[in-house]
Amino acid sequence: MIRTLLGAQNRNLWFWVFVGPFAVGLALFTYVPLLWSVWLSFFDAHNTVTPTRFVGLDNYLAMLGDGAFLSSLGTFLLFSAFIVPATYVLSLGLALMVNRVRIAQAFFRSVFFLPTACSYVVASLVWKLSIFNGVRFGLANTVLGWFGADQTAWLSSTDPPWYWLVIVTVRLWLQAGFYMILFLAGLQRISPRLYEAAAVDGAKPGWQTFRHITFPQLRATSVAVVLLLVINAFQAFDEFYNLLSDSRGYPPYARPPLVYLYYIALGSEQNLGLGSAGAVILALIIAVATIVQARWFGLGRKED
Amino acid sequence: MDQALIRAGRALRLALLLVLALLFLIPFYLLLRNGLATEADITAPDWTFFPRSLQWDNVGELFADPNLPMARALLNSSVIAVATTLGTLLLASLAGYGLARIPYRHANAVFYAILGTLMVPAAVTFVPSFVLVSSLGWISTLRGLIIPTLFSAFACFVFRQYFLGFPRELEDAARVDGLGYWRTYWRVVVPNSRPVFAAVGTIVFIGAWNAFLWPLVIGQDREAWTVQVALSTFTTAQNVNLHELFLAAAVSILPLVLVFFLLQRYIVAGVERTGIDD
Repeated sequence: MIRTLLGAQNRNLWFWVFVGPFAVGLALFTYVPLLWSVWLSFFDAHNTVTPTRFVGLDNYLAMLGDGAFLSSLGTFLLFSAFIVPATYVLSLGLALMVNRVRIAQAFFRSVFFLPTACSYVVASLVWKLSIFNGVRFGLANTVLGWFGADQTAWLSSTDPPWYWLVIVTVRLWLQAGFYMILFLAGLQRISPRLYEAAAVDGAKPGWQTFRHITFPQLRATSVAVVLLLVINAFQAFDEFYNLLSDSRGYPPYARPPLVYLYYIALGSEQNLGLGSAGAVILALIIAVATIVQARWFGLGRKED
Repeated sequence: MDQALIRAGRALRLALLLVLALLFLIPFYLLLRNGLATEADITAPDWTFFPRSLQWDNVGELFADPNLPMARALLNSSVIAVATTLGTLLLASLAGYGLARIPYRHANAVFYAILGTLMVPAAVTFVPSFVLVSSLGWISTLRGLIIPTLFSAFACFVFRQYFLGFPRELEDAARVDGLGYWRTYWRVVVPNSRPVFAAVGTIVFIGAWNAFLWPLVIGQDREAWTVQVALSTFTTAQNVNLHELFLAAAVSILPLVLVFFLLQRYIVAGVERTGIDD
């Protein structure tokens, strides 16, 4: 009997034994919420998950006409425009240097990767209450004071918007090490023969070798890194929430979509219908952006 | 001349790395500095890099404070992180193996349905997921904090890519010995795949320990707070001692730093083998 169970005709059964539990859970906790959200977004749903009043596209129109929601999308775009290239350059630079250093390579790799073990909550705590503390007792102001600079209220000054420096550096510190590891793995897969051939052809070590050998060989890694960076930037929540909100609430500037939806859906209003409409709009934008990007970099072609 | 130039370049690179390494370590130092300092030391207008005195009593004070439920939060976080890691490894590795190795007509469609969810960041599903979990009555329960997070498309994807590259000869030998998919998987494939399990497990564990949005939304009661939620609640509170908060934060990263030092080489090896970046 066991023999027949193992036969070809039972492959379908075994496929679902292996894949089924995962697929069911994913459907239940990703696909069902998505569809539910779409359904909710057409209803007036204050403080309830079983709404009765159908409002059609009203929630969508309200969100698209809501200056705060639109500015939250702008905040995300601006944030990505800073954090994606900054992390890319820093993590690639670290990988190149760590890969070639001869002394204490494991030490450097560990130090740069160590922030990965920190949460955004903990990092925000250090950034907010120790490094970039407003007027009295911060590291940044102390160091700048040595050079005679005035004290800066880093998190509350909007002109110039110093809070951007705080928000970008937290994430940069937290995530650069992880992407450095991806680049290190990519660097180690490049055949030494390529470099030997380049040297024979007269390429000088340094910029020329990097431009014509290293960088093109890292293309697959680069595509994955950029994709991960953008997806992660879409999810920005923790540092905005922990850095910028205080007991008095949340300042209206610099609020990315997720933080804004959080306040709409789960804040004092509990407007789940409106929040869901915002979530659906955001989902569509992300889907389009991801597909365009994947086509652009030719991700689909790699599958063949 | 060339030799001197190369040596100078090397020295410059090392110096730059050292400076960057120090910058990367400063936040860790500040956690400890403030955690073991007096309140006056942290808020002194003439801030100094080294605290004026070290207060080791702060450690005992932290765990005795009834306002900051650190012990309970640490317990919650540990249970959640361990359960999430084990559950994710089991579910995602089975699914990844099935997708990679069991021929099934619609396997590709299933794979793309799973992969497609990667495009839907948790950011977008949190409102409806909250709705779902609350209608199940799972708010502020361990079930609600753990079960919905167990189905990581990312982990499944990594396992599938890894198993696609797993040497077939080993499985063929098992097949000749009369083992089916199930026993081949447990007796041959899993024991030979420890690095990838360690790599994915570490990444999942770090993610679960540091997760913030989901525990914030679901773990509403004080009894269900994770370490991250407890810390976050107190960064905006008026009456908490700063040194206590910093010490609590330092304690909260200890488990991860340990896991991390034990398993770091597996992460690097795992990334290289699984082609997360391919």
